[in-house]
Amino acid sequence: MIKLDSKIPGGKLSEKWMNHKFNMKVINPANKRKFDIIIVGSGLAGASAAATLGELGYKVKIFTFHDSTRRAHSIAAQGGINAAKNYQNDADSVYRLFYDTIKGGDFRGREANTWRLAEVSNNIIDQCVAQGVPFAREYGGTLANRSFGGAQVSRTFYARGETGQQLLLGAYSSMNRQVNLGNVEIFPRREFLDVVKVDGHARGIIARNLVTGELEKYASQAVVLATGGYMNVYFLSTNAMNSNATAAWRVHKKGAAFANPCYTQIHPTCLPVHGEDQSKLVLMSESLRNDGRIWVPKKAGDTRNPSEIPEEERDYYLERKYPAFGNLVPRDVASRNAKYVCDEGKGIGGGKAVYLDFSDAFNRIGKEGVKDKYGNLFDMYANITGVNPYEVPMQIYPAPHYAMGGLWVDYELMSTIPGMFVLGEANFSDHGANRLGASALMQGLSDGYFIIPYTMGNYLGTEKPEKVDVERSEFKEAQQNVEENINKILSINGKQTVDSIHKRLGHLLIDKVGMSRDEKGLKEVINQIRDLREEFWTDVKVVGDAKDINQTLERAGRVADFLELGELMAKDALNRNESCGAHFREEYQTEDGEALRNDEEYKYVAAWEYKKDGEWELYKEDLEFENVKLATRSYK
Amino acid sequence: MSEKNINLTLNIWRQESPEAKGYFEKFEKEISPDASILEVLDEINNRLEFEGKEPIAFESDCREGICGACGLVINGQPHGPLPKTATCQLHMRNFKDGDTLYIEPFRATAFKILKDLIVDRSGFDKIQVAGGFVSFNTGSAPDGNVILISKEMADQALDAAECIGCGACVAACKNSSAMLFVGAKVSQFALLPQGQPERYERVQAMVKVMDENLFGSCTNTYACEAECPKGISVLNIARMNRDYFMAKLKTGTNE
Ligand SMILES: Cc1cc2nc3c(=O)[nH]c(=O)nc-3n(C[C@H](O)[C@H](O)[C@H](O)COP(=O)(O)OP(=O)(O)OC[C@H]3O[C@@H](n4cnc5c(N)ncnc54)[C@H](O)[C@@H]3O)c2cc1C
Repeated sequence: MIKLDSKIPGGKLSEKWMNHKFNMKVINPANKRKFDIIIVGSGLAGASAAATLGELGYKVKIFTFHDSTRRAHSIAAQGGINAAKNYQNDADSVYRLFYDTIKGGDFRGREANTWRLAEVSNNIIDQCVAQGVPFAREYGGTLANRSFGGAQVSRTFYARGETGQQLLLGAYSSMNRQVNLGNVEIFPRREFLDVVKVDGHARGIIARNLVTGELEKYASQAVVLATGGYMNVYFLSTNAMNSNATAAWRVHKKGAAFANPCYTQIHPTCLPVHGEDQSKLVLMSESLRNDGRIWVPKKAGDTRNPSEIPEEERDYYLERKYPAFGNLVPRDVASRNAKYVCDEGKGIGGGKAVYLDFSDAFNRIGKEGVKDKYGNLFDMYANITGVNPYEVPMQIYPAPHYAMGGLWVDYELMSTIPGMFVLGEANFSDHGANRLGASALMQGLSDGYFIIPYTMGNYLGTEKPEKVDVERSEFKEAQQNVEENINKILSINGKQTVDSIHKRLGHLLIDKVGMSRDEKGLKEVINQIRDLREEFWTDVKVVGDAKDINQTLERAGRVADFLELGELMAKDALNRNESCGAHFREEYQTEDGEALRNDEEYKYVAAWEYKKDGEWELYKEDLEFENVKLATRSYK
Repeated sequence: MSEKNINLTLNIWRQESPEAKGYFEKFEKEISPDASILEVLDEINNRLEFEGKEPIAFESDCREGICGACGLVINGQPHGPLPKTATCQLHMRNFKDGDTLYIEPFRATAFKILKDLIVDRSGFDKIQVAGGFVSFNTGSAPDGNVILISKEMADQALDAAECIGCGACVAACKNSSAMLFVGAKVSQFALLPQGQPERYERVQAMVKVMDENLFGSCTNTYACEAECPKGISVLNIARMNRDYFMAKLKTGTNE
């Protein structure tokens, strides 16, 4: 039995966080150093949390499976980070950022969390500037902005196409300062494989040393998980190769509820798939939609070169269907429409790709102007495809990108396991059923710099947890379970490689739990995933042993977890008899083919408790909207 | 995109452990010109695993040239023959049918080989811990626009800050010098107003740890810049040397 208590404070929306900060317990500076905190994950969320908790005086241990904390997947974010600064004087405000985010998430997010995110967004920019993050600047020396999908104001801060890199290196540098000062200790090349609970509270972890293969035990008074999203469940995605769900999933199996697993975002501007042996999909930043125009030939199966297709025979389908937002509609809308035109056979050459055309921008600001804004993205495109995008329009197609779903957390970012906090993409909290561009970086840094430092104090100050010893039976038992699981995988010695099974899972999911879903497909896919899981546990082949670097073994453990998560995604999608945001059920659409929500019955967060293999119990957290009117999302 | 497949001979470095003796293992392979070199390794590994043989250990993550995890020496060049390109972005269309490739790890005294193509680059993090930051606690920042920074300065700082920490500069240098890597970080902060208060302590602290971690000295061959996937300029080394020199002059009076 779990209890979902969202702990959303009372009072006016705009005062909730301020009041809550005041009401939470604080720990005096001298006592902070008596508390050990474990952080797993060193992306934006984990690194910023480590830096800030270290600054406060806590003793922090941070773990990552990478060789260096700087390599977390956050490094690859390109486009930018939102803030409600209103530097452009275009009527932006905390309220507008809040409203855009709630609406973009199709009214399936928590008002209080989203407001808080918008509120601290401005502090994030200030913080990063102070660290020396070289954001783009105007000639007068002020910070520059660009606009992003789902918004009509220009509020996105960026550093060329390398915003994630610069923000992460900023957080990394602040964290390194705390390493230097002795407050933070880094454990690289360690994979978190289980949480250790003592009297129901998270009190430590089991991590595998990826070089020696040893299973190591670490104790602490609280654990923070900042392990990123699960989109590699689809095999092909824009996420880094090693991004995975294992940490979140193992914690889920130990009692943390998993929320809204079916809310998965398929990003519209990615490079099309080139072949079966492809290892990942490449995102072209959505900022390209500011100046690029999306179109397909009007005639199905048109194989002419783009330059030979006259204007009147082109369908700029987003501009046609959504005149107000045009090419800047939210991601789910852009992706689904790309899928539809391609399903109708109008994709480029009849295949799965649409044009992203900069001809107008070349005329308006010149090729140099375009180069200045998007130069590295254009280079990247040319490098990967071998085609020069200054001469021939780019080709794009949607790809799995971001997980809105994740571990359920309360307002203080604590999961249903006391003492276990979850930050960044790994939690479900702020984006509802669809995340707007440039808001994940914002959320990761908000969680790490500005939320956890307060809520952690509240937990430790209230619970006053004692230190525990890793020689306790709970640690030994957890370690033993992890070891048995590894040995089991190694002993199967079947015929199929880990990747081949992962690819099959990916195909099933993208087909049936991707951009569009329906009851029949979902029911089918649940059985197919179960069969595939059975195949994995009887026929997978993992070469080598657990005594040194064994990357296949690492992947096998992750794929085993994906095979369970995939089923829950389908189950959640099947449960949600409505369309909202990125979750589009074919049965539930308006006459215009837009998402048809069912607020009466589904205005809730679906939080799943793990019971046993293939069995979950659903808990519902009702969402209350006191400050925005539930409206049908329209971008027309 | 796809043209005809090509046939390549790949000689890939295998080494079981840091202590073990390494050797080249030969693979003949037909591949798509659209595949990246890491996808070729994926395919070889899939095949090896299928046959029950140990796959080749190598690192990679983002496969977009920004995380810095991948790094192979290909036919003697860190990250292969294309300028300003990380290993993961090297596509097979850059090779011809019948070519022979030699694939090795980044070699340097400071980078111990852990297994096959994986090396230990933790020395880089140690240098950053020594001083690669602005001392500044969360929560006390003034409004972002209080600090005005000219576009030109911001761009130059970003040019330096783009370093992905892959280690190609060290692997390219006959002395295994890390000057380009350190110079880039020192420059980023030296160029920005935020970095001024600690400017001279920073450069000394970072250079000290660089020397302690077995990175060699710079003899101005510029091999580092040539192999850098981000095209980080050797100008950064000059900036660092100047600051280091200034710091030495200043410490005489400051200490
Ligand atoms: C290509 C791309 C571009 C993007 N661009 C933007 C953008 O422009 N703007 C925006 O707002 N968002 C963008 N996003 C989304 C955003 O980058 C991510 O949502 C965000 O960076 C996630 O940060 P995080 O800290 O939660 O997790 P991550 O950065 O994914 O970090 C996860 C960390 O956890 C560690 N870890 C995971 N599991 C384990 C384990 N079991 N044991 C040990 N360590 C573990 C990893 O090593 C890593 O350090 C983009 C995403 C992609 C894929």
